[in-house]
Amino acid sequence: MVNPYLPYPVRIDEIITETEDKNLKTFRLVFINPDDEEKFSYKAGQFAELSVAGKGEVPIGIASSPSEKGYLMFTINKVGLVTTALHCMKPGDIMGIRGPLGNSYPWDILKGKNVVIIGGGFAFTTLRSSIVYMLDPVNRPNLKEIHVIYGARSPGMLLYKDELAAWESRDDINMHITVDGTDDPNWKYNVGFVPTVTEQKAPQGNDDTYAIICGPPIMIKFTQPVLEKLGYCHDNIIMSLEMRMKCGIGICGRCNIGKEFVCKDGPIFTLARLNEMPKEY
Amino acid sequence: MKVVKIDKRNWAGKLEKLKESYRLFGPVKDNEFHIFERLDKGELPDFNYFNTRLSPKSIIYPQSETMLEFSLDKSKENHHILKETDTDCSPRAVIGIRPCDAAAFLLVKRNFDTAEHKDPYWVKAYETTTFVGLACNNPQATCFCTSAGCGPFYEEGLDLLLVDMEDHYFAKIITSKGENLLEAAGWNTGTDADPAGKQIKTMKQEAEAKITSSITTDKLKDKTTTDLFDAPFWEEVAFACINCGTCTYVCPTCWCFDIQDEVNGYSGIRMRNWDSCMFPLFTLHGSGHNPRSTNMQRVRQRFMHKLKYYMDKYDNGIQCVGCGRCIRLCPVNIDIRKVCDLMNSYGD
Repeated sequence: MVNPYLPYPVRIDEIITETEDKNLKTFRLVFINPDDEEKFSYKAGQFAELSVAGKGEVPIGIASSPSEKGYLMFTINKVGLVTTALHCMKPGDIMGIRGPLGNSYPWDILKGKNVVIIGGGFAFTTLRSSIVYMLDPVNRPNLKEIHVIYGARSPGMLLYKDELAAWESRDDINMHITVDGTDDPNWKYNVGFVPTVTEQKAPQGNDDTYAIICGPPIMIKFTQPVLEKLGYCHDNIIMSLEMRMKCGIGICGRCNIGKEFVCKDGPIFTLARLNEMPKEY
Repeated sequence: MKVVKIDKRNWAGKLEKLKESYRLFGPVKDNEFHIFERLDKGELPDFNYFNTRLSPKSIIYPQSETMLEFSLDKSKENHHILKETDTDCSPRAVIGIRPCDAAAFLLVKRNFDTAEHKDPYWVKAYETTTFVGLACNNPQATCFCTSAGCGPFYEEGLDLLLVDMEDHYFAKIITSKGENLLEAAGWNTGTDADPAGKQIKTMKQEAEAKITSSITTDKLKDKTTTDLFDAPFWEEVAFACINCGTCTYVCPTCWCFDIQDEVNGYSGIRMRNWDSCMFPLFTLHGSGHNPRSTNMQRVRQRFMHKLKYYMDKYDNGIQCVGCGRCIRLCPVNIDIRKVCDLMNSYGD
């Protein structure tokens, strides 16, 4: 019997401090048993349980893309017991990973469509996975226009700055980077909150255009009416939820919204589906 | 139908023989209350009980259970890598479980044994256990099993059903697992099935007639989940609740658990412990946000899960067998029967 609680052993290959407050670090993990990489076949939008022996596990969205082979990437905010332990770890240290867990963004449905990615703060991780996946030469022809609206409090709080700059210079993706405010005279992108920038820059909603939103509750709250105004129907607004989780496979019972488990039936839900569920998230 | 007559004079000796091939568990008296425990050599199950205070779910699903182990000693090979712990998977038998408690395992099985994932700890423990039920001749006032999908002589979930006939037991064989157990004990002398069957049937009817308390669940399925969720009665239902969690710990169908690491020196284990939706920490996010931060939200979650979400998810009845433990042991007298009726009649 396969034990779904047994993590694959991984080694920390590289740790990158992402933000100026040093509270967000990206971990590159490499499977110790090469065969495990095959078993860990994932899609953009899924998450994994990161396991630190003696500390426990934490559910984190996968930031690398399925098109990037040989490693996995996770960007981790230092919040609690396990994430603090992770922030103290060094390259070469051994840890574990369980997954991939949860559903993914609906890539079958998104085929041939326009995609608008809307992200805020450190919730940009699975969105980074999605962008890298969509820009992969194999996948790019399967999608029409791609827009990305990504905001952080300040320029120093943006994740993946080098990649953002590289995407800015491409012509097959429309980047709309924004910060809440900055006194940096060299800042050349937008200033303003994500909902405002969405209103200004996002394309009009239609059957062929899908918005993927991932960010803090306040951003989601104010972005939703903007998208409605732009003509996005609730089936075309895709959201990724967070919950306290333990097992990650729909068994331990804590992350439910009604009969759905965010860990197994989610974390991705369309707004249309969320409308039918109890408002308890 | 095959029924075996077990003479009570042979009971103790044969149970000892059974211990050679099974690890036996049964009800024993622990201070004032009965509890299900491993029966050591010479120890007999005590059938002089109505319902144990804690359900026997811990036999399959211990309150704390080691899942994995690891070493933090960097001089050891495979340090910091988790591995499975050895578990005893030899055959076990529970002697004298109430039919409602055995039926509860079937409801819980839908959670632990799915097409996608099998929880190896629960599934192995369940599959290696033989359930010998003890029919309820005298149900309690808080029992409502007959309207919660089972009953005092309910057979599903059992391998054998014992019926206490004063000087002997009738053992009704329900599965081949049950037949094997009878064989191992040497209880293989069949009895004339027809009269025994008639006697059991009469006793069953008598026992069922003694259960006067009931719930009505017929309209729950067709109610809109969000309507019930937003119903105005939850504040009142939850008003007295102190979130002690007793209901969830004594319930045979509550299965939620937490996973924690425990370290002693360089060696550690990953374990799971029963958890409870009554506790705010159950759903507290790292950010401080809590989707069920209030007492009312947590009480609503428990009843909605048992009586509506479970039904929505599996379309196979409610997640309750009517054992009545939560009613008897709730310190503020919250009664699932009343809540169920509120839900079932809401909006009529």
